Amino acid sequence: MAEDIYKPIDQDIHSEPMILQMGPSHPATHGTVRFTLTLEGEKVIKCETEVGYLHRGFEKECEEATWTQVFPYTDRLNYVSPLLNNFGYALAVEKLLGIEVPERCDWIRTIMGELSRLSDHLTCIGAGGLELGAMTAFLYAIEGRELVWDLIEQVTGARLTVSYGRIGGLKDDLTPDFAERWAYTRERLNEIHAITHKLLTRNRIFLDRMEGTGVITPEMGVSYGYTGVCLRSTGVAYDVRKDHPYFKYGEVDFDVPVGKHGDNMDRYLCRMEELVQSIRIIDQCLAKMKPGPINTDDPRVALPSKDKVYNTIEGMISHFKIIFEGVQVPAGEVYSYTEGGNGELGFYIVSNGTGKPWKIHVRSPSLIVMGGIHKLFEGGLLADIIPTFDTVNMIGGECDK
Amino acid sequence: MAKKLIDFVKKHFGDEVLDAHSRLGNDTVVVERHRVSDIIERLRDDDATQMNMLRAITCVDYLHREPRFEVVYILYSIAKKHMLTVRVVVPEDDCNVPTIEHLYGCAAWMEREVWDMYGVTFEGHSDLRRVLLYEEFEGHPLRKDYAKQASQPRLELLGKERDSVEEFNRYVKDKPSEGSRQG
Repeated sequence: MAEDIYKPIDQDIHSEPMILQMGPSHPATHGTVRFTLTLEGEKVIKCETEVGYLHRGFEKECEEATWTQVFPYTDRLNYVSPLLNNFGYALAVEKLLGIEVPERCDWIRTIMGELSRLSDHLTCIGAGGLELGAMTAFLYAIEGRELVWDLIEQVTGARLTVSYGRIGGLKDDLTPDFAERWAYTRERLNEIHAITHKLLTRNRIFLDRMEGTGVITPEMGVSYGYTGVCLRSTGVAYDVRKDHPYFKYGEVDFDVPVGKHGDNMDRYLCRMEELVQSIRIIDQCLAKMKPGPINTDDPRVALPSKDKVYNTIEGMISHFKIIFEGVQVPAGEVYSYTEGGNGELGFYIVSNGTGKPWKIHVRSPSLIVMGGIHKLFEGGLLADIIPTFDTVNMIGGECDK
Repeated sequence: MAKKLIDFVKKHFGDEVLDAHSRLGNDTVVVERHRVSDIIERLRDDDATQMNMLRAITCVDYLHREPRFEVVYILYSIAKKHMLTVRVVVPEDDCNVPTIEHLYGCAAWMEREVWDMYGVTFEGHSDLRRVLLYEEFEGHPLRKDYAKQASQPRLELLGKERDSVEEFNRYVKDKPSEGSRQG
């Protein structure tokens, strides 16, 4: 008799799969992304991704601007770490021009790039915690990010749309008290890092949501073009900073944290560890860098000083040429790559020998990660989409073309 | 830069290589488009090359040149740490390249982007749809002859969407005091 009562409960009552539209106005889908999910109960059996469009036309706009005017557009690619985009683009153009920047410029680029990476990872960790209900962790992470942005603001004059990179150099040198302020920020960042570990890393709820969800294998990650933390969490130690050092990454000591399982927890832990490594890199850079010029002295590329512009005819002509015609980049094409906030940020640029780019293609990690995201969702539960979508750190602005 | 990748392609696919050069740290081969899938497959599977990662597929529109388009594949080997750019030229009147969807997981997505932005079709692609723009969009915006200021007509709402908007407006008009529909 008792067996009869329980029998209906064991039967599968879901006879037909259900189609569910998640996004674009879902709080977790960043405003433009839509997932068309086929559900069997709570299990996702199929996911169709639509990334949507922000209508900025990054690549088209770049083709209409001079080489220097592209910088403000690159700020708006990954807007959580705009400096990395600035420097990535500057490096690509410098490769095509065949010029080298002064040593101090490379040090500063390394420091400011790592500051941006801190901002990127803190945002991702904080927002990820928030979406799983950890409001406190979010507030601490955002405090850390604000401190980082204070430093960025002090140097660049802006918090978000920095436009700090220049072809052949930088807009400005570091402020004289930068090292002092960094020392303060560093202390607080270390505290926040420790607090975040306490709040999240051994939290039962957090672990249950993160462990074993959104799993990706190394082979799949490589095949889907995953880079950055998403790939490293699977155990593949591919980091552009280590494998193909640029700026001063070859001269500083840092580790590349890798995961074992390729799940959300590993991606979270990799980011946490990368925060420590970024702090290490900045410390070493500040200790090693020496005073010197920050812009190249190549008159084809660098804007002359105001003193020269007002007092010499050569300076004035050079200024006009660079502003009106743009930097004359020799014809050719190059693919240049750097380690962005969420993966390899590549620029494939083509020049026809004029002051405007003929073509700029950005290999944005966010768009590529979306190409394989259904693999992370399928087979998991509907609720797992929230932490998974967060830990891949997709940024809408970068998804756009 | 080491030219061994270029030599590798020349050795195995000598007839298909139209041009090859090594400049600014980038090794490039320009190959016959009908064999591009075989060449990339060989580069991926051969022990000497192991190009297991496809970094990007993009297209360049040389408007006044014949042939007009060039599809660019950037391959990378994580194990060997080397990179090769494979380019194929595509004429405007036969805008077609074989797909490499079966070789890399991300290729299908990237090819969709190239189709969306440049209108280059990929023969054998299982699901060639627009990826960033909407289905009704006319033309391909990254072609050089697509004007920057061009605008597309506003899309009409679907019947059922229009009905729901009207229903909501009616509701708000009739019962302004009740606030939300659930209330």
